[in-house]
Amino acid sequence: MASGIRDRVAIVGMGCSKFGERWDADADDLMVEAYTECLRDSGLETKDIEAAWLATAIEEIHVGKGGIPLAFGLRLPYIPVTRVENFCASGSEALRGAVYAVAAGACDIALALGVEKLKDTGYGGLPQRSRGALNSMWWANYSAPGSFAQLAAAYRAKHGIAPEDLKRAMAHVSIKSHDNGAKNPKAHLRKPITLDTVLQAPMVAEPLGLFDCCGVSDGAACAIVTTPEIARGMGRKDFITVKAMQLSVSNGVEAGHNSWDGSYFKTARIASSRAYKEAGITDPRSQISLAEVHDCFSITELVTMEDLHLSPEGGAVTDVLDGFFDSTGGLPCQIDGGLKCFGHPIGASGLRMLYELYLQLQGRAGPRQVADPVFGLTHNLGGAPHQNVCSVVVVGRHDA
Amino acid sequence: MIGITAYGGYIPRLRLSRRAVVETNGWAAPGLRSQGKGERSMCNWDEDSVTMAVEAARDALGGSRGRIGALHLASTSLPFADRQNAGIVVEALDLGPEIETLDVTSSQRAGTSGLVAALKALPAGGGSTLFVASENRRSKAAGGQELAFGDGAAALLLGTEGVVAELRASHSTAVDFVDHYRGQTREFDYVWEERWIRDEGYMKLVPSAVRPALEAAGLAPADIDHFILPNPGGRVGRSMAKALGIPEPAVRDTLHATCGDTGAAHALVMLVDALERATPGQWILVAGFGQGCDALVFRTTEALAAALADAPRPLGIRGHLARGRTETNYAKFLAFNGLVERDKGMRAELDNQTALTQLYRRRRMLTGLVGGRCTACGTCQFPKTNVCVNPDCGAFHTQEDHRFADSAARILTWSADHLTYSPDPPAHYGMVEFAEGGRFLANFTDVEPGSVAVGMPMRMMFRVKDYDDNRGFRRYFWKATPAPTGEA
Repeated sequence: MASGIRDRVAIVGMGCSKFGERWDADADDLMVEAYTECLRDSGLETKDIEAAWLATAIEEIHVGKGGIPLAFGLRLPYIPVTRVENFCASGSEALRGAVYAVAAGACDIALALGVEKLKDTGYGGLPQRSRGALNSMWWANYSAPGSFAQLAAAYRAKHGIAPEDLKRAMAHVSIKSHDNGAKNPKAHLRKPITLDTVLQAPMVAEPLGLFDCCGVSDGAACAIVTTPEIARGMGRKDFITVKAMQLSVSNGVEAGHNSWDGSYFKTARIASSRAYKEAGITDPRSQISLAEVHDCFSITELVTMEDLHLSPEGGAVTDVLDGFFDSTGGLPCQIDGGLKCFGHPIGASGLRMLYELYLQLQGRAGPRQVADPVFGLTHNLGGAPHQNVCSVVVVGRHDA
Repeated sequence: MIGITAYGGYIPRLRLSRRAVVETNGWAAPGLRSQGKGERSMCNWDEDSVTMAVEAARDALGGSRGRIGALHLASTSLPFADRQNAGIVVEALDLGPEIETLDVTSSQRAGTSGLVAALKALPAGGGSTLFVASENRRSKAAGGQELAFGDGAAALLLGTEGVVAELRASHSTAVDFVDHYRGQTREFDYVWEERWIRDEGYMKLVPSAVRPALEAAGLAPADIDHFILPNPGGRVGRSMAKALGIPEPAVRDTLHATCGDTGAAHALVMLVDALERATPGQWILVAGFGQGCDALVFRTTEALAAALADAPRPLGIRGHLARGRTETNYAKFLAFNGLVERDKGMRAELDNQTALTQLYRRRRMLTGLVGGRCTACGTCQFPKTNVCVNPDCGAFHTQEDHRFADSAARILTWSADHLTYSPDPPAHYGMVEFAEGGRFLANFTDVEPGSVAVGMPMRMMFRVKDYDDNRGFRRYFWKATPAPTGEA
């Protein structure tokens, strides 16, 4: 019986670049920006890193395949470097590689770095790209917002919610994240917005308007992980450990079998249940101090609250409107602005979520600091509601 | 007895308001202002002669198929110059591969000449030929053809059993009368003077084929109950009837007001329209003009009454004409037909190269919408895969073919997407579920913005999925469209 990852790996350094439309920077510059912060934070040097994982998602417009871009960019000393890709959850996959390597005893100190340079396409939104020889011949010609918008139609039908009521709850999700992002100097979008702005915005994919969609950004984030013993040896006392790390990948049931109703993420329900078990969490709604979820679209965040068992099924609309996930609420969510406002450089996002939790759990989050957090959760999703990958990571203070 | 055993038709849902056309073009072509009445059918951006042919054929076949030994496709607007277009229709109808196929083209007479040939070639020992005519002609902006033409298709099942309209005689002539032509590398027709076409063309060449046909059938012109003579603009029929001695009430409407002239398909479109209104024991004369003339004489049988009583009835021409949606935006017609260079945005630059190897391996899935049914647990699924999708089954290599093209479907989820590239934004798509099980995220077509809802009944249609303008290819797949229940 596997013993799980709980408390076997410590995070001893993190860095995150400024996210946004980084017209000034190549992917290489973004990697170095995040990495230098991370090294400083850890007190380690490049020669201490024994293995590295690089996350990038959209290779067509990016740094190229393989581990070479990271090894080149940081001049890593001929160590193992692996590129991972799992859609928008790629960043969490880089972390998983590094954490598992340390837990396995394959190395003592490992690096996970995610980077994406999206603003070299010449247009807004995610790049349009081929889906493969066969898929492109039969898949609907969907965009990211269009595929996630499907959730709203199904959620409304299932719970008997009027379109305007759901739209208002979705708007609250975005308004909350803009309020949070405004307090974050590294965030892409830093302006608070009003309900009117959200409701009047141009439609992107019904019912998602412009402000229901997250930023498309450039950025990089990274983490250095090691064993708790080494962390202690480095003089760290209140360090952060990984409590759970789960990934669930759709196998085609949602897309092809009539048992799924289209209103939720099957993967998120499975991954979060496994993660809570691995972390020893029995009542996530009261035990999770704060969450960084994959709010690529407002409707995604809303249904995700139920999928993570933080809201009862059908109860997310009420929780959202009650402010339960606001910065002052019972379970602050996207305290750093989330994908919505911190931004979404795909390969970096999973690690960016972790970065905020890392700061918060150490009391280093400045004006965004939440009082005395114990457990933080990241939820990093890739794909579309009907076929996706979902990563759930729980981190906490080592003594928790 | 040889003749027509079943019939069907297809007219695209979109109807371009001629008034919208002449209001835009009146500055350049004031002479066309008087022709701004009624509507012409127009293909949606994802329709062509092949997709319309598939629909017309489905309409004619209904649920039953019998043994179809041949499929012939007549058109002068076939999407492929060298790739058998009839073969695509066969794959889409899942009729292959034991079938004879043929494209008939190069003349407005392709529909009638092909029909004569197909009827004469019918195997004596039974078996049917599915004869389909379909047309989607291009025309220049601000010209008369744009107003006169329409898009549409008709399908006739030909055979010896259950004949509803028996072929009693036919006569064909070939005269190289060049009223218009379209050179091999040209997109558009070049047309000679209208009055000459009428006086020297129609008025002389049609009678020279019709008279011998009537004689062979042992008929006097006055015996004709339905006289079908396609002519763009629809002004020749009555004078022709008069010249021939055919009673004026027999002259069939050319459907100019509601559809326009569907070219090589139009004689068959009008014939299907006539059959939908005919009674047993009537005489139908079909004339097809174009570098000569074909004349066919049919007599309807008692089986026609039975066919008319069948349920479900094909929508036919009448049913499809009743389902029209008026398009008053002429710019859309221009954009759909590539007559203006629309700024499609960078998202339209996606390379749509088709892997022909992959298309071949999966042709039944992609062209025929054939999925799988697990023989272990009975679950229907699309696509057909090696491992059953039912989470309680998961059996390997148990799926037999199951075709979804005619399955009832409903919308589970949907969105109208303004971001993704579509020639007709917003792009509608969503998860559709089939009644017997199975689902996939499908593109929608022919939907009206604001009308889509969860639970809406849908029907699958064969359409163009993507155009590959770099290589001159187009790929087809099936899309969901609102089911016609209760509308016709």
